[in-house]
Amino acid sequence: MAVSAWGRRLSRHSRGAETNVHELSIAMSIVDMAQEEAFQRNVKVTAVHLRLGLLSGVVKDSLLSCYDMACAGTPLEGSELLIEEVPVEIFCSECQGSRPLSSMQWFACPQCGRPSAEVVRGKELEVTALEVRE
Amino acid sequence: MSTPRLLEVRKNVLKQNDVVARALRDRFHSEGIFVVSLVSSPGAGKTMFLEKMLTTTRRHNRVAALVGDLATDNDAQRLARSRAPVRQITTGSLCHLEAAMVRAAMEGWDTGPLDFLFIENVGNLVCPSSYDLGEDMRLVLMSVTEGEDKPLKYPTIFNSADVAILTKIDLAAAVEFDERTAIANIQAVRPGMRIFKVSAKSGEGMEEYLQYLSERRAESTSAAHVEIKP
Repeated sequence: MAVSAWGRRLSRHSRGAETNVHELSIAMSIVDMAQEEAFQRNVKVTAVHLRLGLLSGVVKDSLLSCYDMACAGTPLEGSELLIEEVPVEIFCSECQGSRPLSSMQWFACPQCGRPSAEVVRGKELEVTALEVRE
Repeated sequence: MSTPRLLEVRKNVLKQNDVVARALRDRFHSEGIFVVSLVSSPGAGKTMFLEKMLTTTRRHNRVAALVGDLATDNDAQRLARSRAPVRQITTGSLCHLEAAMVRAAMEGWDTGPLDFLFIENVGNLVCPSSYDLGEDMRLVLMSVTEGEDKPLKYPTIFNSADVAILTKIDLAAAVEFDERTAIANIQAVRPGMRIFKVSAKSGEGMEEYLQYLSERRAESTSAAHVEIKP
């Protein structure tokens, strides 16, 4: 089903695909998702709000440039992707609370220094809202 | 045209993948298959490590491997030497495996009952991190020739993995590999991660890892007793 449409869009944007396929496929999922929602409610999407965790494995700038490619030729063409980045938070068993990381290279409590692998935020990759017109 | 309004939705972009991955995981568990995926940069020694793992584990276990590759079936051919069932997933230009590809590859593949399934991801330290494949254990491999700061450059994938394997340890002295720094860097981005030092070529360290693998499987399945003899 989606595979053929996917293949078509991929080949259409093959130049971008070589460098950013991962973000391109994510962008296409976002567009498909928004389009489906818009179709059901009979509205036009002008912007998509996305929460993007810093530990999601998706790069913001790359996703933004892929978004325009993914929108091309769809009802979402010309719409905007608005990204809210979510910092990584770990749970510190010493301080008994979640704490934002001070660096992605150091998974430890910024206050007491205790290492923690318990990630409580920062893996988000979710569409939270659509800006629409009737 | 009317004024724009905000429509609240809450949708996980990777939901489709996650749903497929969950179904795969349930299915593997119900069949008693312990699934291990491998990620690394290209050339870190995934295929060699996997070949050694297949050859060794298949003496006492039923094993199979899925291998993701961009274009060639070279890896699958190499792995076939282990005489374990191997199936190739050619991803074309796609830089990672997704759960649906694993599901599709399993369809119509008569491996017989399995104890272990190994999934070799495409050589890439960025893209595979976001995609759950239904595995029980994700290995991140890093060779001693790569530089000790790899984990700091790619914290996301190291953080997403369960176990780190330092490969080509037989070359450590020749390339003046700073083991302590490498281990500290892995621990910095994934505190508490279990690390194994191996040489698939000489066999060094393989036994220890395979023992660990066997223990993890025994824990996760209701199988009475699973033993991997090297």
